[in-house]
Amino acid sequence: MKLPSRQAVSTEAKLLLIGIPLFLWTILPIYHLFLFAISPKDSAFAGHLWPDNPTLRNFEIVFTQKHYFLNHFWQQLWNSLFIAVSIGALTLLVATSAAFAISRLKVKGGRTVMNLALLTYFIPAAFLAVPMYKTMGTYGLLNSQWALILAMVTIASPYAIWVLKQASDKLPVELDEAAVMDGASPMQLFRLIYIPLMAPSMVAIGTYALLLAWNEYLYAFLLLSKDTTITLPVALGNFLSADDSPWELLMTTGLIYSFPPAAIYYVFKRYMVSGLTAGAVKS
Amino acid sequence: MSTIALPDTDAVRPTKPAPRRLSATQAWGLILITPYILIFLLFVIYPIGYGLWLARHPYSYEKLYEDPIFARSVMNTLVFLIVGINLKMMIALGLAEFFTRQRVWIRWLSVLFILPWAVPSIPTILSMRFMLNPEWGIINTIIFNLTAEDGPNWLNDPTLALSLAIVVHIWKSLPFWTLILLSGRLSISTDLYEAASVDGATGWNRFRYVTWPSMQTLYITCTLLSMIWTLGDFNSVYLLTGGGPADLTHVLATLGIRYLRLDEVDMAMASIVCALPLVLPLVYFMMKRLSK
Repeated sequence: MKLPSRQAVSTEAKLLLIGIPLFLWTILPIYHLFLFAISPKDSAFAGHLWPDNPTLRNFEIVFTQKHYFLNHFWQQLWNSLFIAVSIGALTLLVATSAAFAISRLKVKGGRTVMNLALLTYFIPAAFLAVPMYKTMGTYGLLNSQWALILAMVTIASPYAIWVLKQASDKLPVELDEAAVMDGASPMQLFRLIYIPLMAPSMVAIGTYALLLAWNEYLYAFLLLSKDTTITLPVALGNFLSADDSPWELLMTTGLIYSFPPAAIYYVFKRYMVSGLTAGAVKS
Repeated sequence: MSTIALPDTDAVRPTKPAPRRLSATQAWGLILITPYILIFLLFVIYPIGYGLWLARHPYSYEKLYEDPIFARSVMNTLVFLIVGINLKMMIALGLAEFFTRQRVWIRWLSVLFILPWAVPSIPTILSMRFMLNPEWGIINTIIFNLTAEDGPNWLNDPTLALSLAIVVHIWKSLPFWTLILLSGRLSISTDLYEAASVDGATGWNRFRYVTWPSMQTLYITCTLLSMIWTLGDFNSVYLLTGGGPADLTHVLATLGIRYLRLDEVDMAMASIVCALPLVLPLVYFMMKRLSK
């Protein structure tokens, strides 16, 4: 066996010198969340790195809604799910159709629509929040979950259209030409050729819109207000205004809420990384 | 005159069957693009128009000018953008280099490293907020155990609180930008690095003469894009500090909500209109790059 050279040892040491702080930096806030979730109420504040008596009691309280802050836990979780899935599906529908019309059917003015969409993509969402809130008031949609769904579809669509258009520009034109020769109508082209070929990008975009919606706080908190219609992040935010917030339950709920997006991310990682990050910035 | 008219008739005749085909395609194209156009008109154009209309009174701007919180928020936003984004992008660039190293543990770390970006911001920001609690927070408990002295009251000091909001922002979005810069870094041919080592280039010189020239366009695009998005970063500030203490840590993204709460919608809109000179050049630049 050969002993590693001194230089190799020093390289490893340098890498560890970056790796260990990076590990701690990444994991600490999440571990803190987890620590609170498994600590009994009184020992949560002791500042230990591991609780003396780890317990699942907090999860039980959350799941059985045994605290007045959590009276609507399941309802709110369902709201989050319903809203996120609706936003994902609608975004996909709107964006795929638009991308097909622009990229494959070469609809007149398609380029202009694309540029306008891109322009929207660059308006910081927080700047559009106040006018969006007033607009939803005018349309009479405030406090309806449709307000949030439509607002988030508006925010998610531009990027979705852009990524889908980039992907569909790469499909060979000959495919469409051959299908048209065989007498395919534009809708058959869309259904039988376009959608199957675009499936991987559509998975990436659907997931993108779903996660964006699931994680949204600002718009949800502006557009929804009833305890039974709000999403779980808004409910968590409402904990904040109370002086006697049950922090261990807040953290437990937060941990539960963080789990699905993390899981989805890791499941779809392959699509997400290639589909989203490569499209996000074209160098 | 006839020479001008002729090519027209010539061009029309051979493609005579085409217009019907074309118009069917165009019709379907229009139908398919209509949902987005409707969304755009109803939820982008109308709100923007409405917002500008609300912000039409000059006295809104006078009031804004007299509100010390507005000036403070503009300063905070600039600090957030200039210090925060540059710090974040430099760290991301360094980490992109770090993650190119082939080690099993680095691969595992890279999987874990994505977590802050993948999880929703509200639970993790609340977690950090509680870590910073001066009495029971874990950070001050550790400081007390080590030094037997009370730690600082983190979120009660405006400078410290804003810096921590920047830290939260970096924590949250660092993985995304590292990933993008890493994909740029991996597309540089290894031949270049081998050639550089043959020439005796190490460390800094490898970065200076190989990595940076290939990455600088991507790096600048990322920095600008990140600036635009960070202008709209509501969560990092609002959920950590709530704009406090004494409204001294507001940024432009949270200021609109503050005015909305005070029932001063015209001020909310005017503050956003005032931010436009900051946004539009960035947007113009990005549009030029991306619509190429």
